[in-house]
Amino acid sequence: MNDFSDAIDFIFHSRESLTGGVRVGGSELWSLLAKHLELSFAALGLACLIAVPIGLWLGHIRRGQFLAISISNLGRAVPTLALIAFFIAYFGVGFVNVMFALMLLAIPPILTNAYVGVTQVDPDSVDAARGVGMTGVQIVRKVELPLALPLIFGGIRISAVNVIATATIAPLAGVVTLGNPIINAQVYGPAGRLGAAIVVAVVAVAADAGFGLLQRAVTPRALRLANRRMETA
Amino acid sequence: MKRVSMLVAIAASLALAACGGSNDDSTSTSASGSQTSASSGNTIQSSSANKGKTVTIGSKNFTEEFILGEIYAQALQAAGYTVKKQLNLGSEQIALKAVKSGQVDAYPEYTGTALTSFFDKKATDVPHDEQKAYQEAKAGFAKSNLTALPPTPFTDSNGVGMLKSKAQKLGITKISDLTSKGSSLTLYGTPECRQRPDCLLGLQDVYKIKFKKFVPVDPGLRHKVLDSGQADTSIVFTTDGQLAQGKELLLKDDKHMFPPYNVTLVFRNEALKKLGPEAQKTIALVQKGLTTEAMQELNSRVDIDKQTPQQVAKDYLTESGYVK
Repeated sequence: MNDFSDAIDFIFHSRESLTGGVRVGGSELWSLLAKHLELSFAALGLACLIAVPIGLWLGHIRRGQFLAISISNLGRAVPTLALIAFFIAYFGVGFVNVMFALMLLAIPPILTNAYVGVTQVDPDSVDAARGVGMTGVQIVRKVELPLALPLIFGGIRISAVNVIATATIAPLAGVVTLGNPIINAQVYGPAGRLGAAIVVAVVAVAADAGFGLLQRAVTPRALRLANRRMETA
Repeated sequence: MKRVSMLVAIAASLALAACGGSNDDSTSTSASGSQTSASSGNTIQSSSANKGKTVTIGSKNFTEEFILGEIYAQALQAAGYTVKKQLNLGSEQIALKAVKSGQVDAYPEYTGTALTSFFDKKATDVPHDEQKAYQEAKAGFAKSNLTALPPTPFTDSNGVGMLKSKAQKLGITKISDLTSKGSSLTLYGTPECRQRPDCLLGLQDVYKIKFKKFVPVDPGLRHKVLDSGQADTSIVFTTDGQLAQGKELLLKDDKHMFPPYNVTLVFRNEALKKLGPEAQKTIALVQKGLTTEAMQELNSRVDIDKQTPQQVAKDYLTESGYVK
């Protein structure tokens, strides 16, 4: 059996671990997958709650480009593993620690995209909204947010893939995710390592596709029509 | 990976060429070799018979291996050999290749590592008796023309560590004390510990301990989680320098659940023969003082006091009187 088919076998059938004493693979992966998704979506949800409002606000006042860009670059520069080590002093190791670390990984793309999404809204539309007597909050909610949504979801898509891939390091800080077979090759063997990596990749691609569908669904009809007209023109 | 193996091959051929050059004088000195003894009492004497015999000592690349490599190298130097050092061999697989190919003549290896990584033993099948584990490793090495010299007194196994203050409060000194008290205590260990029979599974089966919770953490955090008070008990290595600091207590493995990891200096047969019997005597002599407590102390001087392994090895040899 070659490495790849052995890895596929690991995904569907449990087997004795290399070190003995436990069964690994197969149905064991369900609990790992559940923890992986729970952690990833908690981090992603929290990141959205923080990054979207800030991005919208900065975009609305058309200020803070420097802030948005530097935060985003800084966030990309700090490795998640270093963040986890840093957070130990405050949260210890465990779910909360890893969730915050992954949240910080997820914020930059969402924040930048929300900011850019609002600033690129046609100024004429905003002027028209102001002309019919909308308040600032109404302009954000009824004009800028809908028109920026496709880009915001683009940011969430990027973050989702990043977070799902990076959640594999969680077993180093007390959360047993799909990273467990990847980190513990001594127990799981090379087939387990590759098998788990395949599952993580499939989950990431599925999340990307799922958010892609959502992205299309939330795009305002007018924008979709405009895009189509531009494509056919 | 490919590049690494190519580099190893190039380095190995260079080392072989160097060995070829020194072979001539080893034959000329072998006649007078047995006249002087390498050691009288506890001090290594430099022997003129060893002049011109060259040996290359290797080691893997972490603190304990650096220190051991330095101790062996400096001891052989004191006995009159010309010693070269290659203390950067990475993983055990690279180290094994290096000693087989002649890039190095010897390097320190753990008996437990040799049995599980080289000789395909399952963790459950590693003998829990130190001598038996050494004999099995020795037999395995012998098949590839390598000699495993007698092991060190210390073993760098897994162990259960606890803050002294907490252990005293609960009246715990050995692992079997946890059988009744484990249900209210957390255990932190490496991610793989959770599923290994020579770790958490063994603690559950052999000692019948049911911990309140097992939390997997990065091995680098094994003392930090204890010191911060987050973990009640933590899987540590028995020769960790932190254990020599007086704050932590290593619980006694009274049922010998953790397999032994004594160190044996693994020599290429050919190289060992060339050096003569004095090399083995010298190694055996300087190993005598390397108890688990002594090794903890040496590791702490490097890891915590930030001294160099070279200096620490030198101090060990002079403090123990092996080298004047």
